Amino acid sequence: MRARPDPPPTPLLEVNRISVRFGAVQALERVSLEIRRGEIVAIIGPNGAGKTTLLNVVSGFYHPYEGQILFEGRDRTELRPYDVAALGVARTFQNVALFKGMSVLDNIMTGRLLKMRGSFLLEALYWGPAMKQELEHRAFVERIIDFLEIQAIRKASAGKLPYGLQKRVELARALAAEPKLLLLDEPMAGMNVEEKEDMCRFILGVNDEFDTTIALIEHDMSVVMDISDRVIALDYGRKIADGTPDAVRADHTVIAAYLGVAHA
Amino acid sequence: MLEAVFLSPFKDMVGAPTFLMEVLIGGVAAGLMYSLVALGFVLIFKASGVFNFAQGVMVLFAALTLVGLIERGAPLVVALALTMAVMVALAFAIERVVLRPLVNQEQIILFMATIGLNFFLEGFGEFAWGSDVKKLDVGIPDTSFMAWGVQVNRLELTAAITAAVLVAVMAVFFQRTRIGRALRAVADDHEAALSIGIPLNTIWIVVWSVAGLVAIVAGIMWGAKSGVQFSLSLIALKALPVLILGGFTSVPGAIAGGLIIGVGEKVAEVYWGPLVGGAIENWFAYALALVFLLFRPQGLFGEKIIERV
Repeated sequence: MRARPDPPPTPLLEVNRISVRFGAVQALERVSLEIRRGEIVAIIGPNGAGKTTLLNVVSGFYHPYEGQILFEGRDRTELRPYDVAALGVARTFQNVALFKGMSVLDNIMTGRLLKMRGSFLLEALYWGPAMKQELEHRAFVERIIDFLEIQAIRKASAGKLPYGLQKRVELARALAAEPKLLLLDEPMAGMNVEEKEDMCRFILGVNDEFDTTIALIEHDMSVVMDISDRVIALDYGRKIADGTPDAVRADHTVIAAYLGVAHA
Repeated sequence: MLEAVFLSPFKDMVGAPTFLMEVLIGGVAAGLMYSLVALGFVLIFKASGVFNFAQGVMVLFAALTLVGLIERGAPLVVALALTMAVMVALAFAIERVVLRPLVNQEQIILFMATIGLNFFLEGFGEFAWGSDVKKLDVGIPDTSFMAWGVQVNRLELTAAITAAVLVAVMAVFFQRTRIGRALRAVADDHEAALSIGIPLNTIWIVVWSVAGLVAIVAGIMWGAKSGVQFSLSLIALKALPVLILGGFTSVPGAIAGGLIIGVGEKVAEVYWGPLVGGAIENWFAYALALVFLLFRPQGLFGEKIIERV
């Protein structure tokens, strides 16, 4: 855990009593939480607790049947994924959703699409302002590539990379959009210890250098304790704990959820 | 017998190189026309995963609109511009009325919707422009000239050049522009494309518009050659083997597939046709497609179909 100055009062993201249901399954039940600017928040919970559903709701893939989502103080409950992206929310996926047929560089460049403007014709001719724009975006993307140490694979086809690197490229694409809020769905799943350490370093670095607020889902408790400012625990679609890593780790409901105590 | 199948045709080819040249040129010209129709399919399939059953009718509809406007006294250029506007408007309408309400439905449902679109366009085209066979005159005579001792048809040559230019323009569009990059992204992974802020609806309008414009070009070329009539929509059937050969997701594949089928069926017809009493041209493409389906179902350039468990 790291010490931090007091965050400004308006939270970046506020989720108020949202509920999501899939058929008979209550995936989320009146979950409320907030994420403050500059934080790294970890969302934990056993399988099926509703962590990914929560992320999908925040990024606009699902819509809650009740409750409200505020981003920077404004109601964003009904937005679609691309509108959410335009607001400055980027995400990665649990099972890596890269554009497998494209090169690493092209993948990351797609992350800049929202920042690009201009005319078709000029772009097609690669001429004048369009060329200048492309080069500016390239420069920013190169900065991310350097930062995440993937220089060597920038021309490689994304689908052919090993899993750990794919996760890193996906993070790079999300970063390319210069998001205010970055949502990471199990960024370290399936990685070995060394890759996990690298990923931790990158996440802390992104938070620091790019000034990005981060919410991540993670199972590895030692990672969670190391990098997060705050931990939110879910179980059966409900929030069961919210606080500092140490407090949540000591919480008896959280321990019970993880040890599989019978639910009444 | 064996000699007639395996030897004589090749002797004939070597014996009369100019004639072989003419057959090949005819094949390439026909092949590029098939490619044009196939391209329309590929574009829509890539971006939305929908097999657009109505592509053939779109070709017919574009040609009908163009001819209809010309018959009503519009100059060629004006008629062309209006037809383009109609096809773009059609793309907007399809997105709004067909695709948007069916978002997240099974592929087969979208496919069925395009069958409906097929019937609607066919009926609407007949209603608006009548069902007579119309002649489309684009000012290029259907005559031949001699180049280095080889007969070349002017219309076919123009069609071939137009198709080649169109393909080049599309390649640049896909590789170089922001929208092209977005299109490739959507084709690759819907979810990821949404998450980086690509509006799917806009992309659909763009691909259906481009497919509509490709349909105009195909409609003009085929219409000028064989008249604008309702059988024009059947050339979509010839595009199917092209797609199976080239792969449903590959633009270069559509071109190569078209050329292989165009040249293959002409050569087979001319040199092997007499052995079986002719008409090879009618089934060659389908037989070739069948062979491909058995041994290389993803086509020459398509992505390998791997199911991960």
